[in-house]
Amino acid sequence: MDIQGIHSILLERFGESVVGSQTFKAIDPWIQVSAASIVEVCTFLRDDSRFLFNHLNDLCGVDYLEPDAKKAAKFGHEPHVEVVYHLSSLKQRHQLKLKVVVPRWKHNVEGQLPVVPSLSAVFGIANWHEREAYDLMGIHFEGHPNLRRILCPEDWIGHPMRKDYAFPLEYHGVRGR
Amino acid sequence: MTWIEGRFEENVITTTMEQAMNWGQQSSIWPMTFGLACCAIEMMAAGASKYDMDRFGAGAFRATPRQADLMIVAGTVTFKMASRVRRLYEQMPDPKYVIAMGACTVGGGPYFKHGYHVVKGVDLVVPVDVYVPGCPPRPEALLEGLMRIQDKIKARKVTRGEMALPVPHHSGYSALNV
Repeated sequence: MDIQGIHSILLERFGESVVGSQTFKAIDPWIQVSAASIVEVCTFLRDDSRFLFNHLNDLCGVDYLEPDAKKAAKFGHEPHVEVVYHLSSLKQRHQLKLKVVVPRWKHNVEGQLPVVPSLSAVFGIANWHEREAYDLMGIHFEGHPNLRRILCPEDWIGHPMRKDYAFPLEYHGVRGR
Repeated sequence: MTWIEGRFEENVITTTMEQAMNWGQQSSIWPMTFGLACCAIEMMAAGASKYDMDRFGAGAFRATPRQADLMIVAGTVTFKMASRVRRLYEQMPDPKYVIAMGACTVGGGPYFKHGYHVVKGVDLVVPVDVYVPGCPPRPEALLEGLMRIQDKIKARKVTRGEMALPVPHHSGYSALNV
């Protein structure tokens, strides 16, 4: 099924407050889903016999920010963080991209991580992917059974793939920069 | 020493204790089996049959730091790994030598600017004797680095504490103790 068909079915089922409208002109079109209902939507996509999206290829975070003040005017995006879900169905042989858009910081307070519900109960592989996105991008996945850093050391400060991340001056006595 | 030569029966060699000890040690440098990234592949090639580090007596890769004389830091050292590298170095018995192999261990290499997780040179973690540049260095380059370590051992003085550093020469012989 193509993305427009999937989008219309999702719109019919969940309504416009959940599923964003898209023009689907991108090379790799996606459907925007509200953060609060991503678990519901993914469970539906996984179990409904028309979709059977039984495989989560990838889950990653994207930070939309231009830290350089001179280039920020031409950047063309409001600063925000996205979580991108790549789903595919091995049975129906179709693919789908979902996006969840959240602010860079919860309540715009720097240091408070934005919250997205965890998909680890829907797709088992989401467990590690969400740990990676938490570690590097600083997205708190609510309901995750074991949300710890997966790549960086446990006592690492900050989330390195954030665009405004400042390198550590030193780590355990070793000069950093 | 000339007056003493030729005064003994055949197969008797006279030398100094210092030279004999240094010769023995430089001819049996045991490196540690220890690789961190892609440079380790090149280190393995240097140890394998084509380049054969055993020609210099350094082919016996030891699986424990307690039996090793030489640490070849082959590959990117991350902050997470730095404490482990330091611990391995401290577990090695004296006298011990360190080769920093490859651009990452020499000074951060390609991760210098944007690698938030990379130590900018392993000399921030352990004292380095020989730097081998390259990304990764050819096995010949590692062998050259090994020969520079041999030069350092060769220049060691038993009686005096300080070491006179040899001046490397492209012939493979150091200027001292030729």
